[in-house]
Amino acid sequence: MELIWLSIIIPVLTAGVIAISPSKHARNTAFAGSLLSLAALALFAWNFPAWKAGTYFPMTAGAHWVHGAGVSLSVGFDTVSLLLALLTAFLMPLCILGSFTAITDRVKEFYGWFLVLGSSILLAFAARDAILFYIGYEFTLVPMTLIVAIYGGTERRVAAIKMFLYTFLGSMFMLAALLYVGWEHRIASGAWNFDIDALTATAVRLPSATQYWLFAALMIGFAVKVPLFPLHTWLPLAHDQAPTAGSVILASALLKLGTYGNYRFALPMAPAGGAELMNVVAVLSIIAIIYASLICWVQTDAKKLIAYSSIAHLGLCMLGLFALNPMGAEGAVFYMVNHGLSTGALFLCIGMFYERYHTKDTDVLGGLAKRMPVWSCFMVFFTLASIGLPGLNGFVGEFLCLGGTFIAEHDANSGYPGVLGPWYAIVAGLGLIFAAMYLLILLGKIVWGPLREPHGDVSHGSHAAAPALPSDLGLREIAVLMPIAIACLWLGVQPKPMLDAISPCAQRMLVNYPAQVERVMAESIPVAPTPVITSMKTTLKVP
Amino acid sequence: MIESLSPRLALLVPEMTLFVGAVVVAVLGLSKQRSVREALPFITCAALIASIVAVPFTWTDDNAQGAHLLLPMLGRFVKPLLAAMGVWLVLLSVGSVDRRMEELIARGRQPFDAQKVARGEYYAFFLLSLMGAMLLCNAHDLIWLFLAIELVSLPTYIMVAVGGNGSRPQEAAVKYFFLGAMSTAVFLYGFALLYGSTGSLELLVIRDSLATQAAGNGIDSLATIGIVLILLGLCFKITAVPMHFYAPDVYEGAPTHVTAFLSFVPKTAGFTALVLILTCVGWTGHALIAPDGVRVQYLGLPTPISAILWMIAVLTMTLGNLGALLQTSVKRMLAYSSIAHSGYLVLGLIAGAGAGIDALYLYLVAYGVMTIATFAALAAIERRGEEINSFSDLAGLRVRHPAMAWVIALCALSLVGMPPFIGFFGKIYLFIAAFEANQLGLVIAAVLNSAVSGLYYLRLALVPLVSPPSARSQEVTRVPSRWPQTAAIVCGVATIALSAAVGVLLQAVRTSTDSASASASHTSHSNHP
Repeated sequence: MELIWLSIIIPVLTAGVIAISPSKHARNTAFAGSLLSLAALALFAWNFPAWKAGTYFPMTAGAHWVHGAGVSLSVGFDTVSLLLALLTAFLMPLCILGSFTAITDRVKEFYGWFLVLGSSILLAFAARDAILFYIGYEFTLVPMTLIVAIYGGTERRVAAIKMFLYTFLGSMFMLAALLYVGWEHRIASGAWNFDIDALTATAVRLPSATQYWLFAALMIGFAVKVPLFPLHTWLPLAHDQAPTAGSVILASALLKLGTYGNYRFALPMAPAGGAELMNVVAVLSIIAIIYASLICWVQTDAKKLIAYSSIAHLGLCMLGLFALNPMGAEGAVFYMVNHGLSTGALFLCIGMFYERYHTKDTDVLGGLAKRMPVWSCFMVFFTLASIGLPGLNGFVGEFLCLGGTFIAEHDANSGYPGVLGPWYAIVAGLGLIFAAMYLLILLGKIVWGPLREPHGDVSHGSHAAAPALPSDLGLREIAVLMPIAIACLWLGVQPKPMLDAISPCAQRMLVNYPAQVERVMAESIPVAPTPVITSMKTTLKVP
Repeated sequence: MIESLSPRLALLVPEMTLFVGAVVVAVLGLSKQRSVREALPFITCAALIASIVAVPFTWTDDNAQGAHLLLPMLGRFVKPLLAAMGVWLVLLSVGSVDRRMEELIARGRQPFDAQKVARGEYYAFFLLSLMGAMLLCNAHDLIWLFLAIELVSLPTYIMVAVGGNGSRPQEAAVKYFFLGAMSTAVFLYGFALLYGSTGSLELLVIRDSLATQAAGNGIDSLATIGIVLILLGLCFKITAVPMHFYAPDVYEGAPTHVTAFLSFVPKTAGFTALVLILTCVGWTGHALIAPDGVRVQYLGLPTPISAILWMIAVLTMTLGNLGALLQTSVKRMLAYSSIAHSGYLVLGLIAGAGAGIDALYLYLVAYGVMTIATFAALAAIERRGEEINSFSDLAGLRVRHPAMAWVIALCALSLVGMPPFIGFFGKIYLFIAAFEANQLGLVIAAVLNSAVSGLYYLRLALVPLVSPPSARSQEVTRVPSRWPQTAAIVCGVATIALSAAVGVLLQAVRTSTDSASASASHTSHSNHP
């Protein structure tokens, strides 16, 4: 437990050190601090005994924060949250390293807020207490809003405010739902307690109508963060306006808080509600996949394209989660990690050429393979990973999510009935084809083809504020991308250990679902043939 | 008679300290030596600190039991709270009181008068008003309650008028005075009806009498109307909906250091009075004893009263938040935000004895710290010798005054209820209390309102930190005195530091109300053997 706290506290302390030290040391201090945090978490993961147990470790509850109100400082990980925390801690130093030349103004504040953001995300993943989770989850908004609002593009204010308000509104509902479960727990047991396991145990015993609303309220909060289809509009703008490091952490870690919230809260706490609403969520996910893919197709702004592709990919992830069988859930969790790696890397790549050309417009820019061969290698590699080329990491997650959706039928022989089935999988599969199309078009435009550079060639350090960058990637930038590339390759070739580790968690999350889904299906099967058309005709005749 | 008097007197030691302080300050304010006059705020602080120290020694269990109070231990928490906030409120007014007078002299609008350059009366009225708020905790009958509330308000009318120059403070003071007088009439009428129904002025007797009525045919209409009138009258003090209209004008017109005072002290006093009155009425099974001594199972406040409180809560938070959305003046926006926060606080009143009152006082602590810090930051800067008013004065404040910019931003985040600041904890305990009282609808209303409030608080947070400096904000300078800035920084740090200590704080609130209900039932048993 000490190591967990250490990994959470170190970035905050580093931010404090940065605040009082001169700004020329800020970036190195920040890098060192984030590495230390990663080291602490890696050490914890190395000794993590519960990889295949599907339960929390450490088991002991932490000290009470507020006596009588049940808020405690319990932290611990299960496999899923540990993987996501590792992803966050792994990307933090890389983002900082990647920002060395991009951030030239208000440097101290940037690294300070960035480290605080990292801590906050780690706290949310590590929390075993619902209120502690909420504190981490909600506080991420403050540094992220400031990072977008201070260091973003021309529309940064709008983007920051939109992001803040969407997420804040959603999470207020989530907070009310969590407090409600806490209250039910208090009625049942006589004491306030916000331990996640205890809350889950209470919540699954609630009547199904209550669970329905509970699920809906939790879902509103997490759906904004994921983001699910009608609530996604804040994301492209935020991604577009955020500085590179902000985009990376937003795509890789912050959005995962939404899917993680579904995995940890919405699905296990309210299985009756989840079973009733799963087809709604699944349909919304599929709409997100298709709709975002179509937008990507016509998008000329490279960063916005990746942002929309992120919506599509997370739609697939949600679909896997709501297939409500182990295959889909494993795939979804696996995909969370891999989407974080490949999309994060794509944002880094785009940030790198943006630093050189100050444009993201694919109509103006093209054929960079001639100018930046090393960068192009990475770009192609990560795009293929994102498309889901077999052998790279994206493939495994996508395949499992789609497979899980495919077998989620009424009479599934996996023991996990569902309402999705092949048609859902086929429509969602179209999204993958779209993904290949728009990402390859993107590659074709900016990597290959004749060299097109913006007028008044800014590639050679004519921008006064930024120090001159080499025309191709420097060592520092390679050092940023290389670890992610290795991770992508390794997870693509060797997914088995990780999937084995995720599997017990997925089964534990789904433990209540087969029964609930069967109940919902039994209730909905006697569908009388509705005379919709005839009744419409009769009403039309009346006037 | 002597035996029954002495514990009551002992409980009044903090108030006496403040009274002595007020007299000393008023007299020393006439001194010819400038250094003596400049020491006045610190003498005021000393009186406040002395009263804090006096509370634990004098407010013992024995004394409290002997005084036959409705909530015997309440003062043990509320008095130090008021005095501690008072210290920061004094510090945030250091310098500004004399400075305004000096400006008048410099502009030739006032002949130079050495006696007036540093004035004692502001601090004397300050102490008297706080004293009134403290006296409320000792109220054992309606007359005392009335006098204490009026002692809170009367000095504030004068503070609004004398604290600044120009016509706006005067206009604000007149408005505040007349509306305040009207509200006083309303709740005094309510007191009269309550007396007519129960036949007594003593709160304990009123409580038992109302309990008897409730156990019979329900509380009679005379008492109900009386209580409703009292609620409406007190809404003025807490800036809640039917009586909230004055707040934006008065808060904007009053000098900032007085606005800070108005946003905390009368509100705390008003809520304490409401707690006392509603304790007489009684919440769930609380203090409900039928004539034969059998406890009556009784859920929540009587329907008309809880319905009115419900409407007050929802309308107050909604109108406050919607009003705040439309403002361009920072102080007006904070006035509306203060209205909205009163709406949240009424949740605690509805939730009732135990958790509700605890949550209410916890939220008052949080609200006090956040609001005082915000106003202190605003009082610590000025533009061309005038108060900060519009958002464009604050744009890019961090370039020239980073500390104040950060304090304003932190407080804005705390006010919106962002974890891990103290405002978040205040809010979740209010929600928890509302859940315990089965008020799901109110929680949803409060949740939606919090979301709306995000809109304007985010603006308050982003403008000083993110916006580029405007032409107006280039002229913003720090006020000559460093004390407002100190108060802002200390209170700003407290918005974070207090959330680490929120458990301790909650425990303190809880003991002050827990022992209250325990001994309340004890005294009522002695009344009904």
